[in-house]
Amino acid sequence: MDQLKSYAPILPEIVLALGAMGVLMAGVFRKQVEPGADYVSGWLAIALLAIVGIMVAMGGPGREVLFEGSFINDAFSRFTKVLMLGAAALVLVMSMDALARARILSTEICALILLAVVGMMLMVSAGNMIALFLGLELQSLALYVIAAIDRRNVRSSEAGLKYFVLGSLSSGMLLYGASLIYGFTGSVDFSVIATVAQGRPAAENVGLIVGLVFVLVGLAFKIGAVLFHMWTPDVYEGAPTPVTAFFAAAPKLAAMALLVRMLLQAFPGIASQWQQIIVFISIASMVLGAFAAIGQTNIKRPMAYSSIGHVGYALIGLAAFTEVGTQSLLIYLAIYIAMTLGTFACILSMRTADGPVEDVQSLAGLASTNLGMAFALAMLLFSMAGIPTLAGFFAKLYVFGAAIEAKLYMLAIIGVLSSVVGAYYYLRVVKVMFFDPATTEYMPVERGAGIVMAAATAFVLLFIILPAPLADAALNAARALHGGTTAAVSEPAPAAAARAGAGTVPGTP
Amino acid sequence: MALTAGFFYLFAALAVASAAMVILARNPVHAVLFLILAFFNAAGLFILLGAEFLAMILVVVYVGAVAVLFLFVVMMLDVDFAELKAGFIKNAPIGLIVGGIVMGELILLFVSGGFELGLAQQPGAPIAELGRDVSNTKQLGLVLYTRYVFFFQIAGLVLLVAMIGAIVLTLQHRKNVRRQSIAAQVARTPATGMAIVKVPPGGYVLPPTESNTKTETQG
Repeated sequence: MDQLKSYAPILPEIVLALGAMGVLMAGVFRKQVEPGADYVSGWLAIALLAIVGIMVAMGGPGREVLFEGSFINDAFSRFTKVLMLGAAALVLVMSMDALARARILSTEICALILLAVVGMMLMVSAGNMIALFLGLELQSLALYVIAAIDRRNVRSSEAGLKYFVLGSLSSGMLLYGASLIYGFTGSVDFSVIATVAQGRPAAENVGLIVGLVFVLVGLAFKIGAVLFHMWTPDVYEGAPTPVTAFFAAAPKLAAMALLVRMLLQAFPGIASQWQQIIVFISIASMVLGAFAAIGQTNIKRPMAYSSIGHVGYALIGLAAFTEVGTQSLLIYLAIYIAMTLGTFACILSMRTADGPVEDVQSLAGLASTNLGMAFALAMLLFSMAGIPTLAGFFAKLYVFGAAIEAKLYMLAIIGVLSSVVGAYYYLRVVKVMFFDPATTEYMPVERGAGIVMAAATAFVLLFIILPAPLADAALNAARALHGGTTAAVSEPAPAAAARAGAGTVPGTP
Repeated sequence: MALTAGFFYLFAALAVASAAMVILARNPVHAVLFLILAFFNAAGLFILLGAEFLAMILVVVYVGAVAVLFLFVVMMLDVDFAELKAGFIKNAPIGLIVGGIVMGELILLFVSGGFELGLAQQPGAPIAELGRDVSNTKQLGLVLYTRYVFFFQIAGLVLLVAMIGAIVLTLQHRKNVRRQSIAAQVARTPATGMAIVKVPPGGYVLPPTESNTKTETQG
């Protein structure tokens, strides 16, 4: 019994994984439902995500380590897990009707989403390279299938295939880098890698840095940062819109959190090395995100470039390599998820009697036909552009503040400039909605999408009144990570040393 | 010792010969069969090294799954191998250069003594606490389900996702497919299995559809 009790920190993951299998089994034994419109599985999945989210949020404070350091449950992982569980649940709430209309709301897509979330939860809790890779693959494999789930649609299949081929390549890079890191430190464990890398002259870390670069390439692909972003617009455009909404929210957060944990816990000793890389990726992503969205006509493509840009802004917080920087990154991601979900709820509501439309021009005159939706979308886009008093402004304020505190003036200046350029695109959409004559008659907004839209708009508008809870939670989470690097791990030193011994190649003298 | 050396040369020669046949065989099915032979010989080499688990895995995974999959692909897809081979002469110089570089690197490594990393000198090094008399398979089993149970379980989830994905992306529910219904066959009695139908003059009778008793007549 005591043995079982010691697994308590990982209980949410176990419940979610078993729940996913339960949803599958329930789908098998239920009377044949109309194919492609399986609302029961959808609601089951939402309930599961909500229950697990409450379990994670209720989890006690402090840091617990399981399976010899492979699984870490701390404030950082709890913060990100609650966010991604909430994001996944909200995506399902707002898009079940759209999925059912496209005839792809099957038992399998619900189970796959749940299993992808299990992978994300394992990613943000990963304490060594093996757990990192397995969690990442669990998530990625599920996402490849979800991207191609609408198999009657050529573009969906194309998106899935593209994502799969490029994703496999990036996984290979990551794995190669991880093997180099193992070879040059003798361990896969984050804390042991940190001690080994810190305790020797910089010249001996060259091989380790080469490995780290490969791992960063793999992870930059997963977060869709520039140089490795090429898949993003195509996959976002080709995949069904509800799937795109899911891609833009939860997996981004999980991969970012994974990147932050790995860099801060395994490589604090060679921070000056990876900071250069992160600064470059950050600048390139911000600039490309700002310029490439201009001139796009399909509404989902600029959302892809916008997500690339937002990843760039969030990475500023990581480049700062301070507690405040990590806090600002987490706040940025939380606000980004709220804005993205709200915007995608609007995009899902862009449909006529003939089906969904994705052309920006079809939004013309929305203010005269559906003022509520036009207002919500305008507020969300203003927030993304960073107009003051909206949540997106504070998100940017936090990361730029962290950058200035860390003396990264260049980064902050380029960030501000590119957000001005990026505002052009968001404002153009608002102009089309409010000042162009109406051309398209949309169907009324569905309830699920409407709820998410309203909630996101309210969050964006009212964040200024009560920013403290989010900021405090993010600070708490950031502290868990930065405290962990200086005080090593909570477990005694001999245990860590024993693990270092166990992790080395057996038989080496 | 001489016996071991004899087996080594047998397996090694057969492996090299069958590997050569893989690329030289005219018939692609023969090429895949030679590939399987090469796998078996490599497994034999592993056994000589004392790595019996790797040998089993090689046979089970590569021969049992991968090579059979190759056979399926070769036999079911209409690949024009003559056309593929036509580019062989054209690309041969590049292939020779790449092969030469790899060969040179291997020779350099061998001459410089790079193989003596300490690891290679004690093949099948045992996990410290178990000792040498426990077989590889048992040692792997002892750590896989205890120390690495977490990774083992996640790997299981990954495979579950792969299975769901393969099914959801390829399974088609076709209509008008006649599948065997064993329960219905067993439950058949002469009364339900036969029906006397009156055929109207000049008309015809359609075969019974779902239920055996109901018939449709037209004409």
